[in-house]
Formats: sequence, structure tokens, C-alpha cells
Amino acid sequence: MCYNCRMRVLNTKEIENAVYRLALKACNSLTPDCERAIKDALQLERENLSKFALDNILQNNQIAKTENIPVCQDTGLACVMLEIGQEVFLDGELLEDSINCGVRRAYEDGFFRKSVVDPLTRVNTKDNTPAMIHTEIVSGDKVKITFLPKGFGSENMSAVFMLTPAHGEDGIVDAVVNQVKKAGAKPCPPVYIGVGIGGSFDKCAYLAKKALTRPVGTFSDRSDVKQLELKILDKVNKLDIGVLGFKGKNTAIGVAIETYPTHIAGLPVAVNIQCHCVRLESEVL
Amino acid sequence: MKSLTLPCDLLQLKSLCAGDTLYLSGTVYTARDAAHKKMHELLEDGKPLPFDINNQCIYYVGPCPAPNDKPIGSAGPTSSYRMDKFTPELLDLGLKCIIGKGDRNSDVVNSLVKNNAVYFTALGGLGALYASKITKCEVVAFSELLSEAVYKLEIKDFPVIVAIDSKGKSIY
Repeated sequence: MCYNCRMRVLNTKEIENAVYRLALKACNSLTPDCERAIKDALQLERENLSKFALDNILQNNQIAKTENIPVCQDTGLACVMLEIGQEVFLDGELLEDSINCGVRRAYEDGFFRKSVVDPLTRVNTKDNTPAMIHTEIVSGDKVKITFLPKGFGSENMSAVFMLTPAHGEDGIVDAVVNQVKKAGAKPCPPVYIGVGIGGSFDKCAYLAKKALTRPVGTFSDRSDVKQLELKILDKVNKLDIGVLGFKGKNTAIGVAIETYPTHIAGLPVAVNIQCHCVRLESEVL
Repeated sequence: MKSLTLPCDLLQLKSLCAGDTLYLSGTVYTARDAAHKKMHELLEDGKPLPFDINNQCIYYVGPCPAPNDKPIGSAGPTSSYRMDKFTPELLDLGLKCIIGKGDRNSDVVNSLVKNNAVYFTALGGLGALYASKITKCEVVAFSELLSEAVYKLEIKDFPVIVAIDSKGKSIY
């Protein structure tokens, strides 16, 4: 029996081209929701240096858009997340090769920085590949591709904590707030904080990254999780780290939490920090 | 806002206070993680640095490639703490100004005081804005390091904040 006949055929060349388009677009401007959050932060801020920095962040975004150049020189590791409908048959080149081909073309044509090296020899791959690829198989016959160029000033400030059930909600709040405190000015605040709670060691780290694909200013659909997001955001903004470490009310522009069931013995918590340059594009094929 | 042209004299450096915002113009050399490691290895081998560091300024940046019609691509600062290990020996050799972002360790603060040097923070994540303040870019050394090579830049009205002054006072 031929199962393929019930499936939608999608050539991976289309995925390559989508990755190319998304990467070119993502690196050269802040997301509209991030820009809005920065404008809101500027209204709220009272510290002169932090106000000066926020004002310049908005100017920088305008220059990047007008000149069509990257908002930040760290055009990141190419983080590509795919939701692949299980009724899609992927035809053509290997999916991974197609994604990397899209990344390679975009980083060359966009004059983006090639920031990928072998972890030990530190020799640059010269084309910003390989991409960090995450796939989820979902229902339907579409493919959603999300491109997130992830800078490493903030990625270096991320962490996984294997808490225990006894730590509970207070333990989660403390772990996230302390991590942001420890990071100080290094991740270019005001930061967007992705948090993964539950699952396993690896799963919670993925959830934290996935949380960062949510628009800034949105909350979890679960009311208890939304309350936790608000609580962490409030505590973080009382740390007085401020914009780029210049003190004040704006240390974070948002907290996004994703949860997943976990083991009776554990409470994994991952914190993935995103700098104020939130860059993200997605497309459904 | 005040202006300062690099390289500058000792009196000018000593007049700067932590928290001052100012526009820098003049010449700076770029170096980040890989270039610092290479310079450290050269010094260990008793060899000279690829440029005369005396009285100069280093900017911690790994720029994007230059689009056809521009001297340089996006070029904002990178985190300074990763260069802490290599900084005192460069200050001892006459390095007078550093532009980066974020806090430094106590060894660097002490070395800045000892050498009458100043650490500026540029605004992180503002690569497009800083690119528009760079008028010239030429490679000086380690071209194989691509964006991590040492470049000589000419900058004009480049906004920075004095983060640690020559007396060791810090904004962090």
C-alpha cells in the first residue's frame, strides 16, 4: 500500500529558500514586539544612562532597517526550529543539508558575520553552518519554519538547574532571578528570559529556547504559569541592573515560560537569556 | 556631550570620570578573543605585537563583513570579561584605552589604575549605529581569523561611556 499518495509532497529546496529568506530578514531588524517593548521601557525609565541607551537602541534599529545591515554584529548561531506536519513527505536533498544551504547563502549574501567554529580547534567553518536544528512532528500537512539568530553574549549567560520537587515554585523563581543577577550587564539587558520547566535535562533546555520564539509581551495560556512569569519579571526588574548595566527599572522586557511533565524525583529548570536584540522570523509552507 | 580624539594625552585621560558620556574620534585597533590569545602567545615567545600598542586604544569587536559600498559591516562591542585574562599585560605595554562592554575583574581595574588607563563601554547590541561611525577599516594582522582579525579603524563621533576611570572608579 502506498502511504505517500495521502501525503503532501514538499521539496526541501522550498525549505532551503524559506530559511534563506527568513535569515536575511531576521538579522536586520528587531521584531515589532521587541521594538514596542523597548519604547515602553523608555517611557518608564528614570536613569539617565539607561534612557540614553534605550534611545540609542531605537536609533540603531532604524539605521539597521534603512541601511539593510544587521542590528547587531553578532548574527549568531543560526537556530532553526521546524514544526513538520506528519502528512508532509519531504522530497529532495536531506533536510539538514537544505537548511544549512539556506543559512550558508543568507550569511554570505547578507554580509552577516560567520561566527561558527570547531569547539576545540576554534577553526571557523566560514559559512556559519551548521545550524542548530530542532524538529517537532505535528499534525497536518504544513511546515512551520522559525529562524532565530542567537547571539552568544546572552547565550553564555544561560543555565540549566536540576532542582528537586522540594524546591517548588520559590526555588524556580530564585534560580531564574539569581541567574539574571549573576549575568549582570553581560547579556545586554533589558533581556528576554526564556524558561523551560520540567521534562528532562535536555528537554527543559529546548523548552527555554522555544519560549523565546513567543512574541515579547505575551503570556502563557495557563494562568498559574502566567502568574509565575509576572512574578519573575517583577523580581528581575527590581534587581536594578538596568539597560546594559546602567541601573534602573528595565532589566528585562519579558519572561516566557514553557512547561512539560517531569519525573517524580525532579524539577529541571532551564534559563535561556536573550539580549535586547530580539530577532526572529517565521513562515509556514 | 564631550569629545575626545584618540590617541590622546595623559592629562585628557586623567580628566575622565566614570559615568561621563562622550564621543570618541580617531584611531582604534580591534581585537577580541582569538586575537588576544594570539597576541599573548607572541609575547610569551618574546616576539613583538603586530602593531605598536603604546598609547593606543583597543576596541573589542568582531564586525560583520563590509557590504560593497561601506568600509565595514555591523560593528558593536563584545563582552569585555572574556579578555580580562590578557588585558593587564597589554596595559603594561602602554595600552591606554579600551572600548568594550560590561564589567571587568579586579586585576583589570588595578592594572588600569597602575597604568593611568581608561576603560570605556560602548552600547551593546548597537552594531548598525556603530558601523555608521566608522569611516575606515584596514586589516593589520591575523587575517585568517576573519572577523576576529586585528583591524585598524578610523572612528568619528563614536558614543561611549567612561566605565572605569584612571582612578579605578567604576559605573558597575
